[in-house]
Amino acid sequence: MRKPLSTHYSSTTENVMLKFDRVSKRYPETGDVLRNISFHLQHGEMAFLTGHSGAGKSTLLKLIAVIERSSRGQILLDGHNLNHAKDRQIPYLRRKIGLIFQDYKLLQDRTVFDNVALPLLIAGYGRHEVSRRVRASLDKVGLLGKERKYPLALSGGEQQRVGIARAVVNKPPMILADEPTGNLDPELSAEIMHLFEQFQQVGVTVLIASHDISLISQMNYRVLKLDHGQLVAS
Amino acid sequence: MKGRKNTASFPNILAMIFRSLYGEREKRMPARHQRHHPKNKKTAQTRPDGPQTRVSGGDFSDKLHAYFDLHAHALFSSLGRLVDSPYTSIMTITVLAIAISLASGFYIVVANLQQLAGNLEASNQISLFLRDDISDANARKFAASIKRNPSVQEVKLITKSEAMEEFQTYSGFGEAVKSLGKNPLPNVVQVLPENALEDRQELENLLNTFKQAFEVDFAQMDMDWVRRLQSFMELARRAGILLSLLLGVAVLFVTGNTIRLELHNRREEVVIAKLVGATNSFIQRPFLYSGFWIGFFSGVAAWFIVAVMMLILKRPIEELSGLYEGDFHLLFLSYSETLVLLFISSLLGVLGSWAVLSYQLQQLKPE
Repeated sequence: MRKPLSTHYSSTTENVMLKFDRVSKRYPETGDVLRNISFHLQHGEMAFLTGHSGAGKSTLLKLIAVIERSSRGQILLDGHNLNHAKDRQIPYLRRKIGLIFQDYKLLQDRTVFDNVALPLLIAGYGRHEVSRRVRASLDKVGLLGKERKYPLALSGGEQQRVGIARAVVNKPPMILADEPTGNLDPELSAEIMHLFEQFQQVGVTVLIASHDISLISQMNYRVLKLDHGQLVAS
Repeated sequence: MKGRKNTASFPNILAMIFRSLYGEREKRMPARHQRHHPKNKKTAQTRPDGPQTRVSGGDFSDKLHAYFDLHAHALFSSLGRLVDSPYTSIMTITVLAIAISLASGFYIVVANLQQLAGNLEASNQISLFLRDDISDANARKFAASIKRNPSVQEVKLITKSEAMEEFQTYSGFGEAVKSLGKNPLPNVVQVLPENALEDRQELENLLNTFKQAFEVDFAQMDMDWVRRLQSFMELARRAGILLSLLLGVAVLFVTGNTIRLELHNRREEVVIAKLVGATNSFIQRPFLYSGFWIGFFSGVAAWFIVAVMMLILKRPIEELSGLYEGDFHLLFLSYSETLVLLFISSLLGVLGSWAVLSYQLQQLKPE
């Protein structure tokens, strides 16, 4: 049903979705949080980003979503150099990324439907198209029929699935998840991870930050390990 | 009170507008959908989405409809939020309405005074107050002699007793004056110079000739006090402009602050919208519409405040005007002035919100 999203990119650029080239991030208060990070992710690749708390996982994700800017080095997202992105271009770059958060970041006063529809409204889709895509997305995460519910009426696992439906509804070529299972029990976590695998199988690049080593080791994917701001294993 | 009345009828009006908007769109939907769908797929395959690509998919009319949908949604949802917190809204709108009504009330007062001065402007009449010892008969003779002057168009003698009678009728001091025993009022000759005598210098010359006459105690050109009134009017007009500017700035700041608070209350929503790729203009839109509604309703409320004030003042003013035998009619805001009032107050609302938003959204970074 869902078509591979990024096949048309392969012909235009080399087959790289995300590329870090000697990237550092320094905060005036805390010093270097990331040091000399270099790696790249192919289109349709799935990887875990791991490390102790404070190792710089969240900071690395923030650099990709241009919530923060790198102090040194180059980041290429789908061929666009994020260092050169102007402020007014950032919203359009963010539409290439589906962001998923540990605390879900849902709007509590909006229904599930409205939450998932938000990226589509922002991108300027017509009502009919919005309705169709929201339903398709909710169907994908197994929440079809809960459109009219409010987030607080759902369980934690369901809320996170709403978050995932919102992240993928705009069919972004890449998904970034920051501790997506941090608030969930192992069984629900495994379900969520299985969902990510499904997106990866249709060509979406997935990068998941997590410190849940046991869960990561069960799955056979590339692991990027950060230690005190440096990439120690890839 | 007014606000309440408005809110009571809002749901009906809103429902009507929505029905007319969406009822129509529903009919068009299937055709447009069929038309646009295959095209959508084609474009998606040929064109990679650069950051400049605003909308991925959908043909132009679909985007246009989506755009109008967004505006309509922002327009009505911001109105809905105003109605949802009636007390805050009513308080803000009342404060703004008072500020706006002060400015427009002052404008009307000046406009009415200007009208009054306009009526007087035509009179370049000269009043000659005759000496106390000149009898009525001599006064008549003197008036007749003036009439022969070629520069004079018309002469009117108001004798002591006529003046007294008029004074007693209109001033309400009749009894007090009677107790004086003696009529303190002078004979007055009102001289209307030829129309041709526009030149101020010639008027001065005429006045000087009259001043030198034995019978004249004191000669005064009415023009002088018309001029004084006019310069006073100019002063009042400028004071009005200054006052309006100050009040306009106050309206800007009050609206801006209201919007700032609303932005603060909805901070989480704004952050999430930014994270999923909302542009600043998308985020601003509902807040700008809130500012518009606040300004617009303040304008409407201000109009009502001015209208009530005018109704209260209308009767006494017209009575007063009757006492001066004037055909003075109280001016009120015309249709175009009302439109200008509403336009300016809406504009101030939007500008106040815009100023705050463009600053605050720069500051507001996700996380």
